[in-house]
Amino acid sequence: MASSNDSIKKTIIVALSLCLVCSVFVAAAAVGLKPIQNSNKDLDRKRNILSAAGMLEPGKSVDEIFQTVETRIVNLQTGKFATQAELDDAGIKVASFDQKVASKDPKLSIALKGENDPAGIKRRSNFSAVYLVKSGDKIERIILPVHGYGLWSTMYGFMALQNDFNTVIGFGFYDQAETPGLGGEVDNPNWKALWKGKEIYNDQGEAVIHLVKGGVDSSDPKAAYKVDGLSGATLTSRGVTHLVQYWLGKEGFGPFLAQLRSEGVQ
Amino acid sequence: MSDVKKVLFGPILANNPIALQILGICSALAVTSSMKVSLVMAIALTLVTAFSNFFIAIIRNHIPNSIRIIVQMIIIASLVIVVDQILKAFAFEISKQLSVFVGLIITNCIVMGRAEAFAMKNGPAMSFVDGIGNGLGYSAMLIVVAFFRELLGAGKLFGFEIFATVQNGGWYQPNGLMLLPPSAFFVIGLVIWALRSYKKEQVEEPEFKIAANSRSQEAL
Repeated sequence: MASSNDSIKKTIIVALSLCLVCSVFVAAAAVGLKPIQNSNKDLDRKRNILSAAGMLEPGKSVDEIFQTVETRIVNLQTGKFATQAELDDAGIKVASFDQKVASKDPKLSIALKGENDPAGIKRRSNFSAVYLVKSGDKIERIILPVHGYGLWSTMYGFMALQNDFNTVIGFGFYDQAETPGLGGEVDNPNWKALWKGKEIYNDQGEAVIHLVKGGVDSSDPKAAYKVDGLSGATLTSRGVTHLVQYWLGKEGFGPFLAQLRSEGVQ
Repeated sequence: MSDVKKVLFGPILANNPIALQILGICSALAVTSSMKVSLVMAIALTLVTAFSNFFIAIIRNHIPNSIRIIVQMIIIASLVIVVDQILKAFAFEISKQLSVFVGLIITNCIVMGRAEAFAMKNGPAMSFVDGIGNGLGYSAMLIVVAFFRELLGAGKLFGFEIFATVQNGGWYQPNGLMLLPPSAFFVIGLVIWALRSYKKEQVEEPEFKIAANSRSQEAL
């Protein structure tokens, strides 16, 4: 028995048939479960968006609430909603747009280096999805995706603004791997709640909101632009400041938001 | 019957894969910062070990000796991918937290060790039981480690607050070290110490004896 098992013929037959059986097995699982996995991912993204905007309600399904949210694509170079022609040109479909993929495509993104890359993201996509909550034709809230480097990891999050395009409604990360208990406290609901009501832009229209060491002195006239830093996590706090200022500044959504502020939305 | 019992429950205390065989330490460090994730990881590993043992035992008489490790790996890897896909489909939140560690079950020494040591020599039913047993041993260790790490590191168990932490206005200053991988080493070490104090036969013979204090004359 043992000797026949070790013949070259038997070895090849066993190896081939095993590979065949296993690959059918694996392929069936991967293909069969794909639709459920995709809907999970989609649901997860929607839940993160709604949670940043503080729109999650117990008892209502995420899909149901998300129907009131409109997804649009913004051209960060022009600071306007991307026109249909631009989207066709770039081959982007609104429903399936993925900023992570787009920022790797040299045709759809720009490289950032040194001074130009405070958030440590290396490449920035020229287009970004934004999420609008409207009542009638008027924008009530806008939710912007932001990301940047903390201490160990790139942190991905959403920031929700009121329709003055300046006041924060909510802010939170859905993907980060900072030190648990220190930088990882960016996920602490108490800390996230501090962002509510803060303002992004000063009178000159610069994105000045930042985290401060220690606590914010509420008698400070500039307290609206300051958020408590995370204790024991100086570098993560610095990363959060940088990424927020970058994405809401002139390289990010700044011009787009300025446009919305000045003209309202059509 | 007593054979089955021995194979099934032996690995929990008497022959624990982590504490005695010192296998599968890597994932025990990585996933034990919360009870929920550890539990899912434990279930996933138990299933993979049991089924890989089962399938390998079925074809054990046809596996050519020259490629037996590769054959075992293919079966294990296929099972792990299937488990990963199932988790992504039905337990998305947890699969996000486990991320690469499900995939790393493939390289978990317990799975491979049991396939090579047990399933190659025993029938499918017994091998399956052995897989479950070793899975249970691994699970028991993981749960114990996760219990201490989550409780002391975050003041929680299964995500529910047990000690009110300072961050949330309570009294408990969480020990951040417990959430970092090295703390699992300390906890595992303490558990092994406790286990070997209780079951003296697990203590290994020292490889070298330290000589008694040398006298000054000998030192010259």
